[in-house]
Amino acid sequence: MIPFDYRRAENPAGAVATVAGAPGAVYLAGGTNLVDHLKLDVARPDLVVDVTGLPFDRVEPRADGGLRVGATVRNSDLAAHPVVRERYPVLSQALLAGASGQLRNMATTGGNLLQRTRCPYFQDVTTACNKRDPGSGCSAIEGYHRYHAILGASPDCVAVHPSDMAVALVALDATVRVLGRHGERDIPVDALHRLPGDRPDRDTILEHGDLITAVDLPAPLSVRSAYRKVRERSSFAFALVSVAAVADLRDGRVQDCRIALGGVAHKPWRAHAAEDVLRAGEPSEQLFTRAADAELAGAKPLPDNGFKVAMARGALVATLRGLTTEGTA
Amino acid sequence: MEATITITVDGRQRTVAVDTRTTLLDALRDRLAVTAPKKGCDHGQCGSCTVLLDGRRVLSCLALAVAHDGAEVVTAAGLDNDRLRETFLDNDAFQCGYCTPGQLCSAAGMLDELKAGWPSAVTDGEPTLSASEIRERMAGNLCRCGAYVGIVAAIQEAGR
Amino acid sequence: MTGMIGTALPRRDGPAKLHGTAPYAYEHDVEHPAYAHLVQATIARGRVTGFDLSAANALDDVLAILTHENAPRLEDTGNAELAVLQDDAVAFRGQVVAVVVAETPETARQAANAIQVTYDSEPHETRLRADDAGLYTPEKVNPALPTESSQGDVESALASADVTVDEVYTTPMEHNNPMEPHTTVAHWDGDRLTLYDSTQGVHPLRSAVASLFGLDEDRVRVVAPYVGGGFGSKGQPHAPVALAVLCARHLTGRPVKLAITRQQMFSLVGYRTPTIQRIRLAADHTGALTGIAVDVVEQTARVKEFAEQTATPSRSMYAAPHRRTGHRLAELDVPVPSWMRAPGECPGMFGPEVAMDELAQRCEVDPIALRIRNEPELDPDSGKPFSSRNLIGCLEDGARRFGWDARDPRPRTRLEDGWWIGTGVASSTYPVHMSPGSVAEIRYTADGRYEVAIGAADLGTGTWTVLAQVAADRLDVPVDRVELRIGDTDLPNATVAGGSSGVASWGSAIADAAGAFRDKFGTDPAAGDEASGRTPDLSETFAMRAFGAQFAEVAVHADTGEVEVRRLLGVFAAGRIVNPRTARSQFLGGMTMGLSMALHEQSVMDHRYGHVVNHDLAEYHIATCADVRSLEAHWLDETDEHVNPLGTKGIGEIGIVGTAAAVANAAWHATGVRVRDLPITPDRFL
Repeated sequence: MIPFDYRRAENPAGAVATVAGAPGAVYLAGGTNLVDHLKLDVARPDLVVDVTGLPFDRVEPRADGGLRVGATVRNSDLAAHPVVRERYPVLSQALLAGASGQLRNMATTGGNLLQRTRCPYFQDVTTACNKRDPGSGCSAIEGYHRYHAILGASPDCVAVHPSDMAVALVALDATVRVLGRHGERDIPVDALHRLPGDRPDRDTILEHGDLITAVDLPAPLSVRSAYRKVRERSSFAFALVSVAAVADLRDGRVQDCRIALGGVAHKPWRAHAAEDVLRAGEPSEQLFTRAADAELAGAKPLPDNGFKVAMARGALVATLRGLTTEGTA
Repeated sequence: MEATITITVDGRQRTVAVDTRTTLLDALRDRLAVTAPKKGCDHGQCGSCTVLLDGRRVLSCLALAVAHDGAEVVTAAGLDNDRLRETFLDNDAFQCGYCTPGQLCSAAGMLDELKAGWPSAVTDGEPTLSASEIRERMAGNLCRCGAYVGIVAAIQEAGR
Repeated sequence: MTGMIGTALPRRDGPAKLHGTAPYAYEHDVEHPAYAHLVQATIARGRVTGFDLSAANALDDVLAILTHENAPRLEDTGNAELAVLQDDAVAFRGQVVAVVVAETPETARQAANAIQVTYDSEPHETRLRADDAGLYTPEKVNPALPTESSQGDVESALASADVTVDEVYTTPMEHNNPMEPHTTVAHWDGDRLTLYDSTQGVHPLRSAVASLFGLDEDRVRVVAPYVGGGFGSKGQPHAPVALAVLCARHLTGRPVKLAITRQQMFSLVGYRTPTIQRIRLAADHTGALTGIAVDVVEQTARVKEFAEQTATPSRSMYAAPHRRTGHRLAELDVPVPSWMRAPGECPGMFGPEVAMDELAQRCEVDPIALRIRNEPELDPDSGKPFSSRNLIGCLEDGARRFGWDARDPRPRTRLEDGWWIGTGVASSTYPVHMSPGSVAEIRYTADGRYEVAIGAADLGTGTWTVLAQVAADRLDVPVDRVELRIGDTDLPNATVAGGSSGVASWGSAIADAAGAFRDKFGTDPAAGDEASGRTPDLSETFAMRAFGAQFAEVAVHADTGEVEVRRLLGVFAAGRIVNPRTARSQFLGGMTMGLSMALHEQSVMDHRYGHVVNHDLAEYHIATCADVRSLEAHWLDETDEHVNPLGTKGIGEIGIVGTAAAVANAAWHATGVRVRDLPITPDRFL
């Protein structure tokens, strides 16, 4: 860990100006990812700007029937929020599937979105990694890649995004509110994270200095939603694959749905092809399988993670089965 | 770079000079000789360093000390919950004892969370003090000796 | 009081641990410590050609940087693992090539990261392969057992058998990962060296350090009252302790703290070798074994040999007239393997106990009946009678408690809520050990208490409590009149906490001392009266082992392959139980680690770099609280007069033996998928 200066942000605009004007500056929120990376020498800032004191710690209703979640709202508070539990169960479940109770008490909404990959080569500065050290090569492609991408990867990077929450947010059509040097703008969560292409060092489309101030949830398509995470321990483990699904079920048919997959790509993977198959369909094992197969047709697994295709199919089918057979809508 | 912070540790106000890089865990252990919180992994992966920070259970190894000037920290040494200690002893809920201070702080924090009605990944409806709820909520505290059976029983008993 | 042995006394070290005041190695109060941080090689084989220390030296607060170019010379470099910073050779990735000492831990780490090392690297090999042309037969296997055994003609037995099993089973590299990372605080004060260390044996560590540095043992003191788990990894000295002492010698007068990181534990403090086990069983159609062949391939390090005794439990488990076992080693450019909970028995009961399940399936015999059918009358290995052997009792008692009778033997028949459910069984065994050489002293104090002193260790094993019980029992006094002192070389010599030998070795010494004390001073001693006792020699008339049976219920998700151990039940016959409360924890702890081994644990070596990629607790999974559902340990009352004066057999390791096989057998019963390679991960079922 190299020495750094620490400053507490007084106001949002000042924080943005400070970080945007200093190439070596980073924001500090919950710290659960940044402090980890400081110790590993993966992050080497010379200035840390603490944004936890900024007034982004509320969950508030929006005029359109949706919800605005402040960027510094802690994961545990968001998961326990009564409106989130009632109307956005997929979000509450995704948050609770992530990390541990202690980490959820620290981690923030904005920080969770911006957490970086768990690829072990990214975290180990003695190995090559294009994300950490552009141009050095990817150690995972011919190395240990059990947890890595099966969709949307590139010859330069096969890492996956580790957030559970972000997968749910994509399935909820959420947008992030970003304050930058040139003012505020909204970005759909689905467009926030990038596929790696030839710039795996860039996880998102944000510019240096951009500050996430809130996440906006539109009124939910349906309160019938669920998050299913498949992992190698029963808890406190990153996803092998995960599924976030929201389904509007009426008259025995899937009127509309939103599906996103986690653990399969460099970003939360919006499953448009699966949605297209499901839309207007009559729920059945065959329909679910067709939907999953449509989405996974383009999967390009690595030598040691081919199982993820079958696992993602199984997880998606199981999630849809549960979602369409349980209680009332 | 140096900074000076004042924190309340187990009821006692302490002022201490830290490096901006110093974690809350290292500030406690190396600079204040408060060694109840343990360093098991130093990366938020084991729970041994769990303390109550302003009333909530957190991992002190991932908190920068400088960011918590003015905070109130409770460690296993100052935890006001002899009932938990008693049930841990009765149920032999520890062996080597290294993860134990973190288990105790986590258990105390988790019981408060449960009381507040917070859900967990296994909650169906309203949460109760069931073994499966405790197991899930304590999953962030690894115990290599394998005292989990005793830990769950101890927390269930103390929480009644 | 007499009868104290067998009482469920709560842990006497409980209050200190529950207030977080029990001092572990890092936490002893030393004045003005300096902090050390290690620099590790990033090549797997070759030589260091140079260091650029300029950036590190430029930092304020750096006190010293030691490399092979300036480190003090060691007196005895016979143990190559401990011969740190003595030359430029690199024998494995992660080997320590430099160490920094600084005023603060932050600076020490920063400086270590700032050191640039250049290397001349050579081709390396870290992959264990059964067809490695360089495999060799070690002279002995751990601790000093014959590498091979052979009786009859196993090849003919296999050729003429009604039924055979011939399969290869593998267990991966696994790391002990005690919760407390290995730590040494070293302080040279004048001509005396004091070490606060996380060690399973203060006296063995003192001997090692004294010979390494050419010191008289009486100039070295090792203190370790509390140890945050070890599971074998703190049983033998490893490189970090030598490095801490080098730093302290360099900075004489200044205590140096060296706590290695979790990541560093994956290359510096031992691990369980991966094993490749070819198991061949020959039987008649009733399942009666005629032949058993166990051939194991495993790895050792180029820098130092360690040969795990994986095939040895099969020498004593089941009757068969024709049998052979053997070990072959590959010498690789890897960190030095060492002890991990039940070395030999733990991996070595995986392949054979799954093979027995496969034999039961092929013979259409119940797996418990199969094991009972092959019960030997005498130890098949030595021909000696067993001092006691209650495997059948454990199997039968466990079957009754578990509800085995209701089991449908066919696989893949129970699907509940989307989960395939199955049950399985496996046997456990562990040899009885007692190490000679421990001494205990008992002294009567002015305030009417008995001070019992022995340099024993408590790694969470319960030593603080059970040795006090042994003393109280044998002195026939209430336990609160016994004041136990352990974990310090200022106390009488004690052997290492290893091989589940603690109570037998140290407890027998205490029992001997108590007898001597009462013989000498009667029941009304005067203040200052003292007597000592020693561990007696182990009987060689009998074969001596503990046995057990473990039962697992496993669920496998039909869509995703997720695996859960829903129930795990063990019954053990391990001689006399000194403290049922702490003993249960030992059994349950072993079974929990066995469950973890079954489902989770695997150190993944990247053979291009030669290091463990998943070198932290986020990626190297050990079971969490959420993974351990219904777990029960029971034991049979077993009286064995032959094992040692206390009748104990040792309980720290048997709990992990057989667990993984029981889980694998249950997973097969659930799904029909036979997993022969650990761990049993979801992808096996997709």
